[in-house]
Amino acid sequence: MTYIVKPRFHHPALPKNALGYTHRDYEGSVSTLCAGCGHDSISAAIIQACFELNIEPHRVAKLSGIGCSSKTPTYFLGQSHGFNSVHGRMPSVMTGANLANRELIYLGVSGDGDTASIGLGQFAHLIRRGVNMTYIVENNGVYGLTKGQFSATADRGSKSKRGAINADSSIDLVAMALQLGATFVGRSFSGDKKQLVPLIMAAIEHKGAAFLDVISPCVAFNNHPGSTKSFDHVREHNEAVNRLDFISGRSPIAVDYEPGAVEIVEQHDGSKIALRKLDGDYDVHDRRGATNFLLERAAAGEIVTGLLYVEPDGEELHDNLKTVKKPLNTLGERELCPGSGALDKFNASLR
Amino acid sequence: MKPTDIRDPNYFHKVVDCQWACPAHTPVPEYIRLIAAGRYSDAYLINWKSNVFPGILGRTCDRPCEPACRRGRVEKEPVAICRLKRVAADYKDDITARLPKPVEKKNGKRIVCVGGGPASLAVARDLAPLGYDITVLDQDPQAGGMMRTQIPKFRLPDSVIDEECGYILDLGVAFAGGKRVDSLKALLAENWDAIFVGCGAPRGRDLDIPGRKEAAKNIHIGIDWLSSVSFGHTTKIGKRVIVLGGGNTAMDCCRSSLRLGGEDVQVVVRSGFEEMKASPWEKEDAMHEGIPIHNYLVPKEFTHENGKLTGVVFEHVKAEKDAKGRRKLVPSGEPDRHFPCDDVLVAVGQENSFPWIERDIGIDFDEWGMPKVDERTFRSTHPKVFFGGDAAFGPKNIIWAVAHGHEAAVSIDKLLNGEDIGHRPLPAVEVVSQKMGIHEWSYDNDIAGDKRYRVPLRDKVVALKDIRAEVELGYDDALAFKEAQRCLNCDVQTVFESKLCIECDACVDICPMDCITFTPNGEEAELRTRLTAPAHNLAQDLYVVNELKTGRVMVKDEDVCLHCGLCAERCPTGAWDMQKTLIEMTQAGTACRSRA
Ligand SMILES: Cc1cc2nc3c(=O)[nH]c(=O)nc-3n(C[C@H](O)[C@H](O)[C@H](O)COP(=O)(O)OP(=O)(O)OC[C@H]3O[C@@H](n4cnc5c(N)ncnc54)[C@H](O)[C@@H]3O)c2cc1C
Ligand SMILES: Cc1ncc(C[n+]2csc(CCOP(=O)(O)OP(=O)(O)O)c2C)c(N)n1
Ligand code: SF4
Ligand code: SF4
Ligand code: SF4
Ligand SMILES: [Mg+2]
Repeated sequence: MTYIVKPRFHHPALPKNALGYTHRDYEGSVSTLCAGCGHDSISAAIIQACFELNIEPHRVAKLSGIGCSSKTPTYFLGQSHGFNSVHGRMPSVMTGANLANRELIYLGVSGDGDTASIGLGQFAHLIRRGVNMTYIVENNGVYGLTKGQFSATADRGSKSKRGAINADSSIDLVAMALQLGATFVGRSFSGDKKQLVPLIMAAIEHKGAAFLDVISPCVAFNNHPGSTKSFDHVREHNEAVNRLDFISGRSPIAVDYEPGAVEIVEQHDGSKIALRKLDGDYDVHDRRGATNFLLERAAAGEIVTGLLYVEPDGEELHDNLKTVKKPLNTLGERELCPGSGALDKFNASLR
Repeated sequence: MKPTDIRDPNYFHKVVDCQWACPAHTPVPEYIRLIAAGRYSDAYLINWKSNVFPGILGRTCDRPCEPACRRGRVEKEPVAICRLKRVAADYKDDITARLPKPVEKKNGKRIVCVGGGPASLAVARDLAPLGYDITVLDQDPQAGGMMRTQIPKFRLPDSVIDEECGYILDLGVAFAGGKRVDSLKALLAENWDAIFVGCGAPRGRDLDIPGRKEAAKNIHIGIDWLSSVSFGHTTKIGKRVIVLGGGNTAMDCCRSSLRLGGEDVQVVVRSGFEEMKASPWEKEDAMHEGIPIHNYLVPKEFTHENGKLTGVVFEHVKAEKDAKGRRKLVPSGEPDRHFPCDDVLVAVGQENSFPWIERDIGIDFDEWGMPKVDERTFRSTHPKVFFGGDAAFGPKNIIWAVAHGHEAAVSIDKLLNGEDIGHRPLPAVEVVSQKMGIHEWSYDNDIAGDKRYRVPLRDKVVALKDIRAEVELGYDDALAFKEAQRCLNCDVQTVFESKLCIECDACVDICPMDCITFTPNGEEAELRTRLTAPAHNLAQDLYVVNELKTGRVMVKDEDVCLHCGLCAERCPTGAWDMQKTLIEMTQAGTACRSRA
């Protein structure tokens, strides 16, 4: 929280994107979160990703639930559509909005409490239906907004700020997303923008349900020794399986990659992800392998990060429902009520 | 890169661009904040201490601080540092009680200053309160030098000169007006403990082209003519006036002519308009009064009839690059042009001249006839004779003369205390954290978006009628406040403590100017390519701090930092702090002497 407005002056040599915007044009109003909160860094990464993707802000809908994390859409993309839903209910609003207008870019921002505690049921259905969107969980292991109670992602055995030990098993949202059929799954850390920004870019360009679990330390309630979501703990146990560069659809691959070391994944829109493998055997297209690897490394106390699974040609909700290409909210009376002749024909087909 | 040593007084001094650029190193942001707080007397005294003539400089300074001002890199125009100085002088209370008192019992050391311009007066101001017996000799009746004799009254009223020279003479300095020194040898024989030569650069360059002699009656050397105007000897000029030259003297000549009967006054310069020596604002002021400036015209001949000037013939030139890439003026081939006129003012340069200094008394001169003067101590090759101001290294300006005066005073003080004058004192640095609360600072860190405010002017018709009517009216207090708020407080430094940093990126994310980067270390040139925002301004330092937990370094590009303190407000651990660095140059007195 600061009391002064962020000055509108910017660096005189700031780069502009294809739309003529600087990254400053993707900001929202000034953050009211605690100084140092990981969530602010994720907002900055989203800003950078949208800037680099040349996204027109008015084409984005940002949706969230309740929590410090869910407040953050106010702090980026000030010119986009936004919806703050009831606690844990963002997935149903997201599904509805996406059905009504398939043309917007959907960005869900939630917390570990909002998603894994109160919102777990909604989250599961959103993912398994394959809604075309990017879902980011800003995961700090606590309910930041309500003063630091353990959330459902807090690791068993980790210690609260006041010394209590968490006795409950934790939910690994990445494992859940894999199990539920998400076609793009990754994990990252608010303190590593080099990894996070390209992941967000690739997720936004992905067709289908893209899920990102971003560990985001709560400096007020969960950044102490004994926490497994603190800056120090995450830095010590961060095990990245790959590094990625995002190459947007239109541009050819400019960098020369050493053959073998890099895998190029092409997404449906032609954009490419250049994956530099860090763990030789890790295969980003193997859902079961990924799940096993995750569980195994988690048991060893390590936090696996990077792009963990991607299915570039996955299907999404609209494909499955066979909806028309035109957004439903733009259909007029003529298309929606084709008249009694059409009804008769339809009824006849059911006889 | 090596980690930055912020204990080096020059490091943060350089960040305060204006103060670093000011020859006298005036603590600019400190006085600007005092103006914003309405504490004009305090603001005045800070100026008085470092630049001696706040009221005069607030109207006439060449303001090297303004092109350096960080605000000019953040938006279009710098803070009006100079005219804010005038505000302090205009609205202060009677400050005489706060000035040093004449010393009752002198220390027995006698110093003489030749010339009563700003350089000598600065020496006198610094040394008199220490007990030195100071005598200032000038051929003119009053103290002030060219500030009084050259700068037109419509830019600098006598009352301001009287007041500020008075503060110095009231320290018990003996001023002997109307006393020209004709022999330095004779002066040396008078056994002064030290001699300071502040005689300026008193000779105006002439133009030796056909017709010069024949039409001499109506051809005047600019600076001679201006001093004659100042003294009231010259009160009229012809209707049609041509001013030759593109410097500040030319601008004063043309504007003065306009007030003494000139109706058709034109300036003609050899070079291009852009290359003119005059400051942009001096050109602007002349053009605002309707004076045309013609460029690329080289005077060829004065035309005359029956011993009376009739005009000037000019050759057209254009600028070309020669084989070595140097710019040269070559004839353009267009026909010559004749400008008819009644009077010509020649303002094509100014020179030193030392006819009164014998060449056999131990003072060496170089091939250009300039005395050999040490650039740090201002001592000549004679152990007791010092030079400063325009006399030392050729014509400059008032603030340089003052800066030279301070340094010469330090040298003289050390010399007469038996010290090595080559050993120069460091500035005094005071560092104070500005933190008052979680997001409260003892300076106003909110950044004003306002554009530079214009200084109100006297109505043109009224101004042109009276050569003594000051053109600029100065800011009123409301405008002064708004202009003062544009200052970015560059002396409130961002100070980083790596031991406290948890590398959460909060400062990187909030910084409106993208100044901050956490990255692996490297050589400066390469490191500059890896920063959050382009770091092309090599004149501005990178602040590098190491010993972060991840082994990276924190790099802050000082270039366009707004000193808004948001990095410190967003830092959860207090690794960033905003600390005010008050840097004051050490002047003559005990502080400048070594403790040994
Ligand atoms: C037309 C004009 C306009 C200017 N406008 C500005 C301006 O707006 N701002 C600015 O900063 N600068 C300006 N300057 C420059 C500025 O006036 C000088 O740089 C400055 O005054 C130099 O100070 P000084 O102490 O070295 O010498 P001066 O101010 O030149 O003083 C030298 C004094 O020594 C006296 N003297 C010389 N020889 C002897 C001798 N043998 N015996 C006794 N006395 C002697 C002279 O009469 C004179 O009074 C201007 C100059 C000119 C010519
Ligand atoms: C229906 C409902 N139940 C409970 C709450 C109280 N509440 C507000 S935020 C929150 C938890 C938020 O945790 P998380 O999503 O992890 O966000 P964080 O603040 O940690 O970023 C809770 C339980 C609520 N607002 N609404
Ligand atoms: S309470 Fe925690 S999660 Fe909420 S703003 Fe503060 S640091 Fe961030
Ligand atoms: S903004 Fe203020 S402190 Fe900074 S250089 Fe300009 S006048 Fe000096
Ligand atoms: S004070 Fe801090 S936040 Fe403000 S511009 Fe400077 S480095 Fe950036
Ligand atoms: Mg949480």
